[in-house]
Amino acid sequence: MNATSLPAEPRDSDQRALRDARNDRLFRLILKCCALLVLLTLLGAAASTLWGGREVLFGHTWEFLTTSDWNPVENKYGALGPIFGTLVTSIIAIVIAVPVSFGIALFLSEIAPSWLRTPVATAIELLAAIPSIIYGMWGLFVFVPFMADHVEPKLSDTLGQLPIIGALFDGPPLGLGILTAGIVLAVMIIPFISSVMREVFQTVPTRLKESAYALGSTKWEVVWDIMLPYTRSAVIGGIFLGLGRALGETMAVTFVLGNSYDIQASLLMPGTSISSSIANEFNEAVGTHRSALIALGFLLFVVTFIVLMIARLMLRRLSRREGN
Amino acid sequence: MTSFAATPTTTADAQTTTASRTRIQVRGLDFHYNGFHALKQISMDIPERKVTAIIGPSGCGKSTLLRVFNRIYAIYPGLTASGEVLLDGENILDPRYSMNRLRSKVGMVFQKPVPFPMTIYENIAYGIRHHEKLKRKAMDERVEEALRSAALWDEVKDKLKQSALGLSGGQQQRLCIARGIALKPEVLLLDEPTSALDPIATGRIEQLIEELKKTFTIVIVTHNMQQAARVSDHTAFMYMGELIEFGNTEKIFTKPDKKQTEDYITGRFG
Repeated sequence: MNATSLPAEPRDSDQRALRDARNDRLFRLILKCCALLVLLTLLGAAASTLWGGREVLFGHTWEFLTTSDWNPVENKYGALGPIFGTLVTSIIAIVIAVPVSFGIALFLSEIAPSWLRTPVATAIELLAAIPSIIYGMWGLFVFVPFMADHVEPKLSDTLGQLPIIGALFDGPPLGLGILTAGIVLAVMIIPFISSVMREVFQTVPTRLKESAYALGSTKWEVVWDIMLPYTRSAVIGGIFLGLGRALGETMAVTFVLGNSYDIQASLLMPGTSISSSIANEFNEAVGTHRSALIALGFLLFVVTFIVLMIARLMLRRLSRREGN
Repeated sequence: MTSFAATPTTTADAQTTTASRTRIQVRGLDFHYNGFHALKQISMDIPERKVTAIIGPSGCGKSTLLRVFNRIYAIYPGLTASGEVLLDGENILDPRYSMNRLRSKVGMVFQKPVPFPMTIYENIAYGIRHHEKLKRKAMDERVEEALRSAALWDEVKDKLKQSALGLSGGQQQRLCIARGIALKPEVLLLDEPTSALDPIATGRIEQLIEELKKTFTIVIVTHNMQQAARVSDHTAFMYMGELIEFGNTEKIFTKPDKKQTEDYITGRFG
């Protein structure tokens, strides 16, 4: 309509609109590519470990998944030992790290005076940035002797004497072993989990906390009943990120785990984990041995995936209980 | 410095002041935070089962005063109140006065509706559990009673197990009021309870206040002078941390004693 009366202007704005539309399309395409890259990487890694481990995964499936006999000389590969070690060390790490991180995060966001908050928070973030090999070396040279001399003898003298759970703390104080590895892992992931928790606790609106205090809640009740549910998904997300890190951690545990493929009830005995098996043996592995190690890598994928699925399910169950 | 409604000038004044007892007595209250003198020698008597409005320009200390009445300020470091605030003859500023007891006697509703991240039912039951152990059935009754008193029952009775976050702003605010009155407090503090609501929701809250004052002593802080005039029986005008004038709402809004009050009421500053 206006084209006849004002010919120049509409053409300009038409061009502008065309250009905008083109730029928008381009922008959307670039973003889509970025997102696809993640999927591609994931699928690529899964597919290549699946392919590399095909000989063991498809050739000896049953043996690989159900036995714990790992003997490259006799060409026997049972993955239960590493799977067991991976899961148990990670569980120990989480059991120790979650309450401690929770305490650190609460102290920093709720209780510490403001002048103390920033320095401690920065220190924690620095701890999270220490390379895992440093934790491994500290574990081997400092923590393992300490465990062997002081902690483990006491554990087997006290808890080791109890019925049922005594089996967990039975055995010679080697220092190396599942428990030590779990504790080193916990030390590694505490900075990580606590800085995530601290950040999400700070997002809880002041009014929400004040409302609870105004009803007569104590500090603990405000934390447990109000802050935790409010930040629940982020907190659980942080915990599972930490767990993911513990499951895949290589160097720190390789040093202190003891590298034994036997599955033993006692946490004081040496064990192995998926990633430390790979790190230890990959150099000299050929043929079936190599395929078995790559297949282990694929298993780590599967284990991590299952753990993340459990986290999702937990979140969904919790949110249903709250009426969402 | 301060003038009380104790010197009635009209018969209406005389009736309202003599008809009700004093619920909260404030005597020489001073409040400091981080070196700032936020409340200066406040003294006032808040009458029982009436609505007392606190008005004044931003930063005059009206919210601070309200937050002294349930000592919610005490959760932050560096805030100190001195003087006396007597509830049933006991000084609530005394550190020996149990916080739990105080908060069961004095409920508070905040500016923005803040339902807890729980179901509607749990939002009400949560506070009650801090003070009383009730059986399932008794708790159901208490929850219903509270929701009814807050004029919310009919709207939510079919979705008590749903998240409270799904309610509208006005409903959320009435839920917060229900949560406060479920503890059966003596005093209800309202800190600008309608400033985040639309006019219709505001109207409903004001009706509710009218209803609630039969049971509770209400202290309301508001920015909205029409609201103060509509809902309150007594009005306190504060300026720069001082109580300038306190008296019957009608008197404050028609012929205040102080020039500052008149200037504020008529919109000449603030």
